[in-house]
Amino acid sequence: MQKIGVFVCHCGTNIAGTVNIDEVVENAKHEPGVKYVAEYPYMCSEAGQSMVQKAIDEHDLSGIVISACSPRMHETTFRRAAARTKLNPFMLEMANIREQCSWVHKDKEEATNKAHALTRAAIAKVHHNTPLFPGESPVTKRALVIGGGIAGVSCALDIAEAGFVVDIVESTPSIGGKMAQLDKTFPTLDCSACILTPKMVDAQFHENINIHTYSEIESVEGFVGDFTITIRKKARSVDMKKCTGCGACYDKCPIKKIPGEFDEGLGMRTAIYTPFAQAIPNVPVIDREHCLKFKTGKCGLCETVCAPDAIDFEQEDELITEKYGAVIIATGITPISLDKFGEYAYTSPDVITSLEFERMTNAAGPTKGELIRISDKKKPKSITFIQCVGSRDVAVRSKTYCSKICCMYTAKHAMLVKDKYPDIEVNVFYIDVRTPGKNFDEFYRRAVEEYGVNYIKGQVGKVVDNGDSLWIQAVDMLDNKQIKTKTDLIVLATAIEPVKSVRNIAGMLSASIDTNNFMTEAHPKLKPVESPTAGVFLAGACQGPKDIPETVAGAGATAAKVIGLLAKDKLITNPCIADLDPYYCNGCSACEKVCPYGAISYEDTEINDHGKKAIRRIAVINKALCQGCGACVVTCPSGAMDLLGFSNRQITAEVDAICR
Amino acid sequence: MHIQNDYADQIRLISGSQDLKCMKCGRCSASCPQYEEMDVRPHQFVSYLQRGDIDALMDCESIWKCLSCFACVERCPRDVKPARLIEAARLLRIRRQSDDEFITPEQVPALLELDPDIPQQLLASVFRKYVK
Repeated sequence: MQKIGVFVCHCGTNIAGTVNIDEVVENAKHEPGVKYVAEYPYMCSEAGQSMVQKAIDEHDLSGIVISACSPRMHETTFRRAAARTKLNPFMLEMANIREQCSWVHKDKEEATNKAHALTRAAIAKVHHNTPLFPGESPVTKRALVIGGGIAGVSCALDIAEAGFVVDIVESTPSIGGKMAQLDKTFPTLDCSACILTPKMVDAQFHENINIHTYSEIESVEGFVGDFTITIRKKARSVDMKKCTGCGACYDKCPIKKIPGEFDEGLGMRTAIYTPFAQAIPNVPVIDREHCLKFKTGKCGLCETVCAPDAIDFEQEDELITEKYGAVIIATGITPISLDKFGEYAYTSPDVITSLEFERMTNAAGPTKGELIRISDKKKPKSITFIQCVGSRDVAVRSKTYCSKICCMYTAKHAMLVKDKYPDIEVNVFYIDVRTPGKNFDEFYRRAVEEYGVNYIKGQVGKVVDNGDSLWIQAVDMLDNKQIKTKTDLIVLATAIEPVKSVRNIAGMLSASIDTNNFMTEAHPKLKPVESPTAGVFLAGACQGPKDIPETVAGAGATAAKVIGLLAKDKLITNPCIADLDPYYCNGCSACEKVCPYGAISYEDTEINDHGKKAIRRIAVINKALCQGCGACVVTCPSGAMDLLGFSNRQITAEVDAICR
Repeated sequence: MHIQNDYADQIRLISGSQDLKCMKCGRCSASCPQYEEMDVRPHQFVSYLQRGDIDALMDCESIWKCLSCFACVERCPRDVKPARLIEAARLLRIRRQSDDEFITPEQVPALLELDPDIPQQLLASVFRKYVK
């Protein structure tokens, strides 16, 4: 028979405001096996903890129940307190009378009854608790970063600097991401490429960083500290070791009219190409979908002109399997599709997205930095910027959230136009101008006060392409006037969303994702760079809209967390794992099939069944791999499988106690 | 500000319009083809409802100028449904009439004398407006 101590917490008025603590205490005293009951305003405080420790020693308690908050909050606190005594920490149970009771009930009597029932259940469970001992699992001192944008690159650099090997996997032919496409950055107006490319070069030459571009994640196995991940390096058709990056191949390529991804389709690229001049690695890829050699078998001009003989039409995808201790998701964002925004006439060449505008103002872009209308190559006399296109919108085609970066980049765009071409009339239609951030509002005000950008509170309802100009119907809400006017170029501040592939990646890593496909943090405030899945970390705008400074700061935080993990030699594992009774196992393999961690295998084992020795094929659990999910327990047809700490006996005892 | 009064609630009930969702972006007014003809503009309809100034809404010219083209409903990013709100205001305006402003059965023969071709449906529809 256990000697159980029950400790009821008031949590100030959080619990005591709705639950009659005295009654819970009184009721607990009459439960079987209960030797000691106490209450305290804040059980988690140092005084509360020492009260628990003292009672364990003085009353020689063999099990304890803490009736307080969710075990997510303070189970570790109290287990640590128990561990400071002679008691095994797993002889402790928590009854959640806050989140699942006082916070969700208004009626005091009802809440008190429930608090009593939950306490009763925890007491009943403790009767069946047994001491458990955590194991250890190894840590592979290597990290994988998925996504080679500014988030991935800066995170990788920080981890590499701490002395750990980092691999970056990037799906496009070069690292750099969206930041590489930008012209200037707000609010300092420094050249985006000028501050990004040194970071890219740092990553390229860092002894601890390996970059896999034009690559994707193929499969993921394992768990925190011990992931086994296969990377598919897509066939580049160019030998990376031989290529010198001279560019003769793409100069000679006859297929020159493919809309370039890097220029957002405004500029054309060849079938063999490097996305941009500072690409890392500076090794082209052959786009097999458009290449004449792959389509017709003829051509091969690039092969002819390639001096180092690097072109390899026979190259195949390569699979690399590597072990990692931690994985960082840094897949970033992309503008949403504007197919369903007919009212803005996006099909017109002179209606462009903000990212397209970035390419147009960039000296390396398709217009060499010259601001022109794509339709007639003429300089526009007036430009209209429209904010919140697809953001803060509850329609299916749109996103309900604020994309956060648009207010600032639109102010930047408007300012850049006015700076270069003061004669162009610039109008910005806005709903709200949101500029929280260091020097952000001052930046926006400069656009208005110094550069004469015309901000209009209101929206555009309709755009019609007349051929020589664009006609817009809009409203100025402060003037209460409808505006019907002509403009030459329209820039749409398009909402951003996570890249599509993140769903698949999150699925492989069992990391959770929200309804907008943004990655979910383990805790929105206290664990902002960790996913709820141990060993999977987050960086950059895959978590939600972020600007560059925020992304870099966040990536640094992510790196710190990853370094903290990789610096450990061993991880303490949860002892609440599957447990097999070999006498009941009939060798059916059902558990092996459902185990998501590959922790169960079958082996021929000698069983001593009441003196009768026999070789039987039974399940064997790998204690390092088992995560204690319980899938095998519910699958086992013969009741041989159980979960330590959550055994069938413990759970039925809890249910019985509640129903009593 | 969210005023609760009978008329305001009736408008919400009839239209299904959720005025609190409005973020005052003005896309309704930007989309409206009848904007110039209106004394109260589409984006103001929502403000009037929020303020509970329903009498002003029912007395304005705009409710008779709205073409019910539903461009505002289509473009509204917050699903506020301004056109449906106007339709509800129009309906309440009619219901607000005192009984003697409506046609009575006794008046029907005189009307038919005036115009024997008057469609039956028109008479029936006038009767239908005796809504309590």
